[in-house]
Amino acid sequence: MSADVVDFRMPSLGADMEAGTLVEWLVKPADKVKRGDIVAVVETQKGAIEVEVFEAGEVAEILVEPGARVPVGTPLARIRTSTMAEAAGERPRASPEIVAAPPGALSRPQSLSAAPAGVPRREGGRVLASPAARELARSVGVDLAAVVGSGPDGAIVREDVLRSRATSEVKKPLGLDLGVMREAIAAAMARSKREIPHYYLQHQFDVTAIETWLARTNGDRPPAERLLFAALAIKAVALAVKRFPQFNGFWREGRFEPSAAIHVGTAIAIRGGGLAAPALHDVDRLSLDELMARLRDLVQRMRAGRIRSSEIAYATITVSSLGERGVEALFGIIYPPQVALVGFGTILRRPWLVGEDVQARSVLTVTLAADHRVSDGHAGALFLAEIGKLLQEPESL
Amino acid sequence: MNLAPDALKAPAGGGGLIETTYREAVREAIREAMLRDERVFMMGEDVGRYGGCYAVSKGLLAEFGPDRIRDTPLSESGFTGAGIGAAMAGLRPIVELMTVNFSLLALDQILNTAATIRHMSGNQFGVPLVIRMATGAGRQLAAQHSHSLEGWYAHIPGIKVLAPATLEDARGMLWTALLDPDPVLIFENVMLYNMTGQLSAAAGAVDIDKAAVRRAGEDITLITYGGSLWKTLAAATALESENIRAEVIDLRSLRPLDDDTILRSVRKTRRALIVDEGWRSGSLAAEICARIVEGAFFELDAPVRRVCSEEVPIPYARHLEEAAIPQTSKIVAAVKTVFGRS
Repeated sequence: MSADVVDFRMPSLGADMEAGTLVEWLVKPADKVKRGDIVAVVETQKGAIEVEVFEAGEVAEILVEPGARVPVGTPLARIRTSTMAEAAGERPRASPEIVAAPPGALSRPQSLSAAPAGVPRREGGRVLASPAARELARSVGVDLAAVVGSGPDGAIVREDVLRSRATSEVKKPLGLDLGVMREAIAAAMARSKREIPHYYLQHQFDVTAIETWLARTNGDRPPAERLLFAALAIKAVALAVKRFPQFNGFWREGRFEPSAAIHVGTAIAIRGGGLAAPALHDVDRLSLDELMARLRDLVQRMRAGRIRSSEIAYATITVSSLGERGVEALFGIIYPPQVALVGFGTILRRPWLVGEDVQARSVLTVTLAADHRVSDGHAGALFLAEIGKLLQEPESL
Repeated sequence: MNLAPDALKAPAGGGGLIETTYREAVREAIREAMLRDERVFMMGEDVGRYGGCYAVSKGLLAEFGPDRIRDTPLSESGFTGAGIGAAMAGLRPIVELMTVNFSLLALDQILNTAATIRHMSGNQFGVPLVIRMATGAGRQLAAQHSHSLEGWYAHIPGIKVLAPATLEDARGMLWTALLDPDPVLIFENVMLYNMTGQLSAAAGAVDIDKAAVRRAGEDITLITYGGSLWKTLAAATALESENIRAEVIDLRSLRPLDDDTILRSVRKTRRALIVDEGWRSGSLAAEICARIVEGAFFELDAPVRRVCSEEVPIPYARHLEEAAIPQTSKIVAAVKTVFGRS
């Protein structure tokens, strides 16, 4: 294995993803690529996702043809990096480990060097499958590497081969498959309710000042540049988690991993019944206008069924809003492995005490669903209050 | 004595069901054998005046007299040897050993004499002897009376080893065993003696070389015998709620093993779990596991598993005794792991 050629692999676009279908290559051999370029489109349960490359260099070889369904971690293409210096500091790769293999160890085929999530492999790269499953896979021509196991120790059993054959025989139209998306939502939400001890808090805030500020700010802007309340809400959450990091990150392997980056997943309803929560990256570092532009772009692409790999996989906290549906408060289900979800209801005109006077004010209900393994109600209450405080000063968001 | 097909037929009798116990079924089997063949006699410790330590032979001394129901000294090697001699000389003895633990005192006679004479005499002599003994834990009789060593005997060529688990087999295996030209050991699990149930009034001899499918199922084969059969059947019922349809095989004969029945079932279900009150290491369960892997490897959809006794001397304390041996809950849990569930 040459040291300056690296694999571009099927990415994991979420904790529940085990395999994806390569839909389209946007590059060909000898094309130059740089970090962040979109090089391929991958079909997952969440729809067609544009996959970015993390290396700079030149496409050396395409390994997987469009239409092929491969497990997470399978090399899709090989990238010849421009220099080792450029490659250094990028994401860790499997190659150094292979170079460091003890003398005498046979070098393993490259495709076996990584253990992709979800596909059971023993050390040494062997797929765990029952003898009956192997026999069946051989006779019907199913590649066990593409089958997800449900047996003991996650081994592939006969049933899994039958199921994988059934799904691969049904030719699915590419793009967003709402049925599959519903299954993915079902799996993620069921896992969440099964594993995460949720607690819920609710707080009401007078947001009349924000509405006034928004109306004034948007007054002289063309419609395409106007700010929506959602952008302020997302920004307020991002700034609040900077002070309350126990709501931003992941619960993995029995412990909380806080995230330094703040990527806010934004629940977006899809016409026809789907739902996704792609991430807006580094929200705390975006101005309101930048955030609004990103949000518009994201919603449009999401509804068109095209989102990027980094958007789908890396949210550190989720914001959900049912504002346009008129719901006063929503109590969310945390998207695992995240640990918190902030819900914004509709802004309603309500009688509200201002000093000793009852006035008609705009009132917003903000809720928090949080993972009790990580945080407690006391911290949650302070976190909600912080969001409310930030919303009172829209000009500082 | 030849094993003519007619010999297996039940003696003429009325139909209908009678309520009985495993103990009474064994006693009826002994009575029938005594009545049908005057060469049959029984001997053992406390089988006469005391009526048997598990009350199996109660009343038989009065009915058949001291020549045919013989109390022996506490000398397993001695009276087992006497039984071997009587069998070689033309009688049809039934030797009762109080428990399998005590049978070890007679192991030399069983292994070195009974099992070898046909071989060593160039087929000039056989030993048509039946040895009955109690086996198994559950009666708080502690570590010198509670073990399940039938798997050891199943290791020995030259003998047959039976484990009646049902009333029909308790009633019917003895006569067929007495017809056999070679030694047959019958292991009666102590927890079964009080088991009640319905038995045909016409019940009689049964075959002793076939395993029986006691419950049909599609998803996993549970292989067991003796006292564990009922726990395994209870587990199979409990597993219905997990949507697991278990087939339950009662081995009935531990030697020879009915490979055909076992493998046919495993080829259908593709999964197997063996429940054996013996200890796991070097057990009969291990032998069955090996045969399944040898005979149906490519059909298997999961590793073969075993539920055996913990590798300790069987404890006296009730909760520890219960914890040491296979139980329905352990079987259910083990089956679930075969399906990757916990």
